[in-house]
Amino acid sequence: MNTWIAIGLTAVGCYAVKLAGLLVPAGAMERPFVRRLAALLPVALLAALTAQQTFADGHGLVLDARVAGLGAAAVALVRRAPFLLVVAAAVLVTAGVRALGG
Amino acid sequence: MTADGADKPDRAVVRDALGVGVAVGLSGFAFGVTSAGSGLGLLQSCALSLLVFTGASQFALVGALAAGGSPFTAAAGAFFLGVRNAFYGLRLSQLLALPRAVRPFAAQWVIDETTAVTLAQPTRRARRIGFTVTGLTLYALWNLTTLFGALGAKAIGDTRAWGLDAAGPAVFLALLAPMLRTTTTERVVAGLAVLLGLGLLPVLPAGVPVLVAALAAPVALVAEGRRRPRGPRGEPVTGPDGGAVAEGDR
Repeated sequence: MNTWIAIGLTAVGCYAVKLAGLLVPAGAMERPFVRRLAALLPVALLAALTAQQTFADGHGLVLDARVAGLGAAAVALVRRAPFLLVVAAAVLVTAGVRALGG
Repeated sequence: MTADGADKPDRAVVRDALGVGVAVGLSGFAFGVTSAGSGLGLLQSCALSLLVFTGASQFALVGALAAGGSPFTAAAGAFFLGVRNAFYGLRLSQLLALPRAVRPFAAQWVIDETTAVTLAQPTRRARRIGFTVTGLTLYALWNLTTLFGALGAKAIGDTRAWGLDAAGPAVFLALLAPMLRTTTTERVVAGLAVLLGLGLLPVLPAGVPVLVAALAAPVALVAEGRRRPRGPRGEPVTGPDGGAVAEGDR
């Protein structure tokens, strides 16, 4: 039930902000501070999420095969690989390191 | 993607749009597997892709739920990630000039990829084609691959053994990378958010550290304004969009 509540809230919230962008008159959200904050908010969230899902194990921090996988993804990104290849590199290297006992 | 002249042939626009739509649409498979591996049911995984349809929010939500976060903190993190789509919508409503009756339907497709393709087109006709083809391809494929991923997760058993727990953070990193290429403030925000997100992990309930880490954005923005007292309201000199779609594609 909790999962459905989370899904419902996220679905309504995410659709509402998408629609708001299309309906609201352009002037309302054009203030530089607001625009800038909207651009920086995903940077903060994505950075925190990347770090947590790479290093977190419950409430603790660990170094495991995921670190190698994310390193591979980073290399792929620096070399401007396509999106799908970046994700594939992370998955394959993580699986490889685990298979080797890492 | 290319931006060649004012009379770009429709076929070239469709090709650009299909390229992005197919590549990203296929990564719905990673979401389906991750979602199922996080303990969500088939119906729940598919509902997320159908109704939420913005990848970063979906990955964030299932990750937070898997970590034991409350539905409210999990949804809040996913929602804040989705806020950027409102700003994409602002740009798109000017570029596409959609009739009001169409907007509630077009809204669901207002995401990173459709915005990137649309912004790269030279004419209104090309933008409308680009938006529609990218949106349609991506929506169809993302939902189909989510279904296959969620079904396949059961068949392959331990998703960790296959390294699939690295798919979520890799998606986040791929979305983050082009944003970091814009200004120093982006990199400061990212660094601060990583410190907050990891440092608070042991002491706060699951899902909450990410929300606290989001505060890195206003903090860095205020600091940026202080460093450049002459800039009105602290906006930077570069990047009209703050570079959120600066790379054009991924």
